[in-house]
Parts: sequence; C-alpha cells; structure tokens
Amino acid sequence: MIYLGIETANAPLSVAVVEDGNVIAEIVQNNKVTHSNGAMPAVEEVLQKAKITAAQIDAIAVSQGPGSYTGVRIGVTIAKTLAWTLQKPLIGVSSLQALAANASLYSGLICPLVDARRQHVYTALYEGLTLEEIMVDTHESIDDLCIKLKAFARPVMFVGTDVDKYWETIEAQLGHLAIRAPRAIDLPRASQVVHIAMAQPLSTVEATHHFVPQYKRIAEAEANWLKEQKK
Amino acid sequence: METYILAIETSCDETAAAVIKNGTDIISNVVSSQIDSHKRFGGVVPEIASRHHVEQITIVIEEALAKANMTPNDLTAVAVTEGPGLVGALLIGINAAKAFAFAHGLPIVGTHHIAGHIYANNLVQPMEFPLLALVVSGGHTEIVLMKEHGHFELIGETRDDAAGEAYDKVARVLNLPYPGGPHIDRLAHEADEAVKFPRIWLEEGSYDFSFSGLKSAVINYKHNMDQRGEEIIPAHVAKGFQDSVVEVLTAKTLRAAREFGVKQVIAAGGVSANKGLRTSLEETFAQEGIPFYVPPLHLCTDNAAMIGAAAHYMFVAGVRGNMAMNGRPGMELKTWV
Repeated sequence: MIYLGIETANAPLSVAVVEDGNVIAEIVQNNKVTHSNGAMPAVEEVLQKAKITAAQIDAIAVSQGPGSYTGVRIGVTIAKTLAWTLQKPLIGVSSLQALAANASLYSGLICPLVDARRQHVYTALYEGLTLEEIMVDTHESIDDLCIKLKAFARPVMFVGTDVDKYWETIEAQLGHLAIRAPRAIDLPRASQVVHIAMAQPLSTVEATHHFVPQYKRIAEAEANWLKEQKK
Repeated sequence: METYILAIETSCDETAAAVIKNGTDIISNVVSSQIDSHKRFGGVVPEIASRHHVEQITIVIEEALAKANMTPNDLTAVAVTEGPGLVGALLIGINAAKAFAFAHGLPIVGTHHIAGHIYANNLVQPMEFPLLALVVSGGHTEIVLMKEHGHFELIGETRDDAAGEAYDKVARVLNLPYPGGPHIDRLAHEADEAVKFPRIWLEEGSYDFSFSGLKSAVINYKHNMDQRGEEIIPAHVAKGFQDSVVEVLTAKTLRAAREFGVKQVIAAGGVSANKGLRTSLEETFAQEGIPFYVPPLHLCTDNAAMIGAAAHYMFVAGVRGNMAMNGRPGMELKTWV
C-alpha cells in the first residue's frame, strides 16, 4: 500500500511516499518558499524520486492543522483534490501529533508547540514512547500552557521551530523540567503524518468532499461578531 | 483547435467551476455563492471566504464535470484565476487546479480575472476587434481597448474607489443591506427626483475615474441634513448618486469608443448588471450606431465560465502555467499575445 503524505500546516514543508510502512522518498524543507509556490512541485518531485505516478498512490495522508490558516488550507486543498479525483481514501492527522512523533523516543512528556502569535500557541501534550494523548490539540496562551504543564511535575520535552521564541518564558516557569528537543527533529515530517494515518481506518471516498482543516480557532471577524451580539 | 477546458474561479466569495468548449460554448457552469455567510459582516471577510472555498471546491468541480457529462480524459486543459483577488481565496482554486491537472497530466493555464470578465461576452456572441470594454465591479473600474484576442490596453482606470466600492459605501450610508448595489439601482429606478451630486470628470481628455469625491458628497449631504434635523429621502439620494456614476461612465466610454473607432463596445463585471448603467449604455451606443453588448446577469457576476473562455485563447496562443503557480492578488492585466 503506497501513501502520499503532505505536511504544510506551518512554515516548514514536507512530502513523502511511504510504501508498506517503508519511507521511499521524503522532502523536508524550511526555506521560506511559500506553500502555494512549493507544495505541488514538491509532490511532483517526491513521486519522481519514488518512481511512482499519481495513479499508483493508494491513499493520501495530510496534516489537517492546527497551524497557519493558509498553510493548512493549501495542504488540505491539494490532498482532498488529489484524493477525490484519483478516488483514493484521505486521512487527516493532527499537525501537533505529527510534530510530537519526532520526539517519540523520549520517555517523559512531549509538548509540540507552534506559534499562533500574540503570546499564544497551538499545542498539545503526549506521553513519550507510547504517544498517548494527554492534552488535546488546543490554542492557548503560553502562560496558561506553562501553568498546566507545571502541575504534572514531570520533565517535558518541547519540540518545534517556534519553541525558541517562547523558551525564556518556558524555562522561567518550568525550570529544569523543561527540555529543549534537539533541533534536528524540529521540522515536521510527512512520513510521520503517514505513519500516524496508517493506524487509522481508511476513509470513504464520499467523505473527501467534506474534509476540512482543523483550525482550532474561529475566524477573527466571527469572534468579533459574536462579541458584538453578546452586548 | 478544439478545446474542452475545465475552469476554476475562487478570487473572491464565489466558488465556481465550469467546462467550456472552444472559448465560446458553456458545457457546464457551476457557482456556489457565499453571500449569505458574509451578509452579517457587511462585506466579504477574506478568512471566511477562504474557509468556504476549501469546503466547496471539490464539490463544485465534481458538479461541473458531472453536468458536462465528462471525465478528466475528455479535457484539454485546466484553467484557473491566478489574480487579482483575495490572496487566500485565490490559493484554494489555484492549488485545486494544480492538483487536478497534475493527477491527470493536463496542462494548466493561469487566467486574469478581468480578462475573464471581458471574455464573458464571447460566450454570448463573438468578440470583434478593435473592441472597447468597460469593466465595472466591486474592485475595478477600467476602460480597456482590445485590438485582437489577448491584447489589452488600459485606456482609463479609477484613481481611488472602484464604482462597486462606492455603491457599497453609499448603500451603508443609506442603511441598505449588503450587497448594496442592487438596492441603490432599484431605489434609483423608483425615484422621481434626484439630489444633485457632482460629476467628477478629472482633467480634460482623461479616461480615468474618481468616485471618492462623489462618495464624500453623499456622506456630507446626509450629515448636513442630519444636522438640520431633516430626513433624507433614500430614493432621491440613490438616484442622485447613480445618475452621477452612470453619466460619467457612459460619457467617457462613448468618447473612447469614438477616439479608437471600435467595432464593438462591451460592459463587464458585477456592476454591469446595474439596470441604470445598462440602459444608459444601450441607448447611447444605439444612437451612436456602435454594437453594444453586456452579458446576462449570471455571466456578469463572478463565474468560472468566463475564465474558461479567456483561457481557450491563451491556450491556443501557447500560454502555459506550471506547478509553481502562485496567487497574484495585484496581478496586472497584460497582453498575452
């Protein structure tokens, strides 16, 4: 079974071809090329490297968010269009779980972290080794996150390119319990997206039309409108 | 060359797909409008538009193919609006188009949204050159001269607000629901009197437009009336405003048509659905003896059929996009031949 994996939820880009669990080819980059510019050429390139055609893909796995609205939408749009038109199953995976999977050899807690601006992050919490979900994907302030993590009184490994931005706060709050993941595993990998997807049931092709990003936040205009209504 | 082009358009708040034969025949034309989702915000919210596009995109493309009774193998190429428009919205259509084209090994053509609006006319009767196009929409007010297919010369454009933008703002002053254009048009039609507002002609001989002064005049009028404790009569304001817009648009288009000796004048874009403008242009060019055309309403507003019509001539001229195609929110209308 051949999977195409797509990960464009944040600034880094990754695409991979995974056959029966083996990674055949993978592209991972964080070079400031926009996803609209770079994602489809990367899909084309990774299939070439894996020596397969689009028609040979058996299923598509995509990082469904949360993350950059536009980034998530580009990955989801490409994935759902390919899945629909090639009539293949489409599986969505949490962008945070995919990032946490990079650190899965760690035995403490794993906290994937993505900057959502204004001192807020997209984050979750996983148990090391098993990748069991401890805290679901959420959007919250870095201060609230630190308070929650402190309550566990266990070492936490932080993973992601945006960790550095908040490291001072994290270290001040958690002290020696805060562990910075090695930078080599900061970039999300489409092969991880596929591996997580492989543990999930295959979707029906009809479900593809209704596949949408997991933003974890309502649009700002909508939030403001709701606030107005309450007044 | 016979072509069947699957066209996709997501530049603003309509998710649209169509199959067009030879740049002239509509085989299918599907538009999913989001207008109800944006109404409560009083205008199009880009983030919400993008979210809707990603929900609708494959459904709309599938419906366009199903209505055309076609499979990807029957297609010659895929066309998509590359710009101008809301960047987040454009990106959905562009990435869907690229993924679809890649999956089936089809060539892709990136089309200019305004070229599409102009080519909507080609779906009704053949365009004849030289041709003058008056493009009026929420984002554009332009006079374009075309000497042949794919040749565009910008003769005049707005220096501030687009005509449609001015309509929306005046509608807000009059407390009319969004989108305000049709309401102003209706009120103006019903009115027997008009408030006198200025005509903004700019310097002698210019084909450019300016609507921000007119918009301010309407706002000032309302403000002065409020200060005096008098009620405005919305229909009279609507007629006064529309009369000014229509008179300037008609007069400049007529002068340009004469100067360039065109064989055809066409109107395009959402505001060309406006009855007051249509009637004025029809009467003026009937008197002048120059054929004037405006597409039916459903081809004036955003749609993918018009993108497919323009893309046919681009495709025949050898224009091709590639997998790196990006959204171009500020894309200029350039000659492709």
